Amino acid sequence: MDRIVEYYFNAEVIAGAFPQVLTGFRTTVIVSLLIIVCGTLFGLSLALLRCANLRPVNFIITAYVDVLRTLPQLVVIVFIYFGLPYLGPALSPFATTVLALGMVLSAFSTEIFWSAIMALPRGQWDAASALGFSRLRTLVTIILPQAIRLAIPLLTNRAISISKGTALGTAVSLPETLGQAQSVMALVANPSPLTLAAAFYLTFFLPLVIASRWIEYRYSTGR
Amino acid sequence: MQDFLDNFANWESLLRVYPLLLQGLIYTVWLAVVALPLGILAGLAIAVLYSFKNRWVNIALLIYIDLFRSFPVVVLLILIFYGMPFLGLTLGGFTAAVLAIVLNNSGYYGEIFRAGILSVPHGQTEAARALGFKPLHVVFSIVLPQAIRNVLAPLASNSLELVKATPIAALVALPELLRSARVAQEQTYNPTPLMAAAVIFFVILYPFARWVARLERQALKAR
Repeated sequence: MDRIVEYYFNAEVIAGAFPQVLTGFRTTVIVSLLIIVCGTLFGLSLALLRCANLRPVNFIITAYVDVLRTLPQLVVIVFIYFGLPYLGPALSPFATTVLALGMVLSAFSTEIFWSAIMALPRGQWDAASALGFSRLRTLVTIILPQAIRLAIPLLTNRAISISKGTALGTAVSLPETLGQAQSVMALVANPSPLTLAAAFYLTFFLPLVIASRWIEYRYSTGR
Repeated sequence: MQDFLDNFANWESLLRVYPLLLQGLIYTVWLAVVALPLGILAGLAIAVLYSFKNRWVNIALLIYIDLFRSFPVVVLLILIFYGMPFLGLTLGGFTAAVLAIVLNNSGYYGEIFRAGILSVPHGQTEAARALGFKPLHVVFSIVLPQAIRNVLAPLASNSLELVKATPIAALVALPELLRSARVAQEQTYNPTPLMAAAVIFFVILYPFARWVARLERQALKAR
C-alpha cells in the first residue's frame, strides 16, 4: 500500500509536475477543440457539396471519406509528420495533430451528415419543390434541421472518440498532457505524473462522455 | 510526379524492407486476433451483469464504463507499460497493448451491449421467466440474440475501431506494422515503407469499413 502511494500518488512529485502537465493539458484542450470545430464544419461542407450531385466531385469526396475513415488515426498522424516532408513543407507536431485528426473527423462527419440527409424520406424534397421551394432553400430550411437532429448523437460520440486521439500526438512529440507527464516521469523516476495526467484527461473527457450519454438518451426518446 | 514516385513508391526500397513489413503485419494481426474476442467478452460480461438490475452493482458498472471510455487508449497503454513496473509488474509490449485495448474497449462494448439489452422489451424476460427459464438462460437464449441484432451497427463499428487502435503498440516499441514501417523508413531514408504500411492497412480494413458504413446507414434509416 505504501508503495502504491509512494509511486502513484506521491504528493511531492505531483506538485512538482503540476505546472508542466498543466501546460500540456492546455495544449490537449486547444488541439481537441480545434479538431472538433474544424472537423465537424469541414465534414458538413463536404456533405452539402455532395448534395450538389456533381459526379467528379462526389467521386473525390467518397475517396477522401473512405481513405480517412479506414486508416488508423496514428497511421495518418505518422504519415503526415514523417512522410509528407519528403514532398512539401514539414508541419509542426501541433499542426500535424490538428490536421490529421481534423481530417479523420471530417471524413466521419461527412458520412454521418450525408447518411442523415439520405435517411429522410424523398417525399420531403418533392413536397417542398411542389410548394415552389428552390433546392437550396429546401436543403437549408427543411432537410438540414431534421438531418442535424438525426446526426447529433452519432456525431457527438465520434467527435469525442477522435478528440481523445489528441494523446496520439505524443508519437510526434506534441507537448500535450501525456507527453509532458512522461517527460517529468523520466526525470524524477516516479510515475505519479502519469496519475496526474490521467486525472486531467478525466476532468476533460468524463463530462463529455456523460453528456454524450445524455444526448443519446434525449434524442432517442424525445421523438 | 517522378519525385512523388521516387519517394512514395520506390520499388528498390520496398524490396529491401518487405520482410520487415511482413513481420510487422503478423504482429498487427496477432494483436487484433487476441484483443478483439477478449474485448467483446469483457463487454458482454459487463452488460449481462448489468441486466440483473442490482442497484449498487449497476452504479459500479456505469462508473467503470464511463471511466474507461474517458481515458484515451494511449494513456492506458503508457500507464500500464511504464507505470506498472514500479510495482514490480513488468509486462511486455504485446501484453501491455492487448490489456490497454481490451480495458478501453470493454467500456465501449459494455455500453453497446447494455443499450442492446435495454432495447429488448422487458415483457420478454417476464414471459420467459413465467415459462420456467432460468435467469441466465433467459439472457443468453432470448434477450441477447435480439439485443445483438439491434446493436449490430455500433458493434461492428467498434470492432473496426479496436483493430484500428492496434498501431498504438508502436509507442511501446512493439514492432507491429506501423513501427516496422518507421524502422524501415529510417534504414532506407525513404518514406515508401510508410506508404506501403498505409496501403496494407487500407486494403485489409476497407471491406470492413464498407460493411460498417452499410450497417450504419441501415440503422439510421430504421429510426
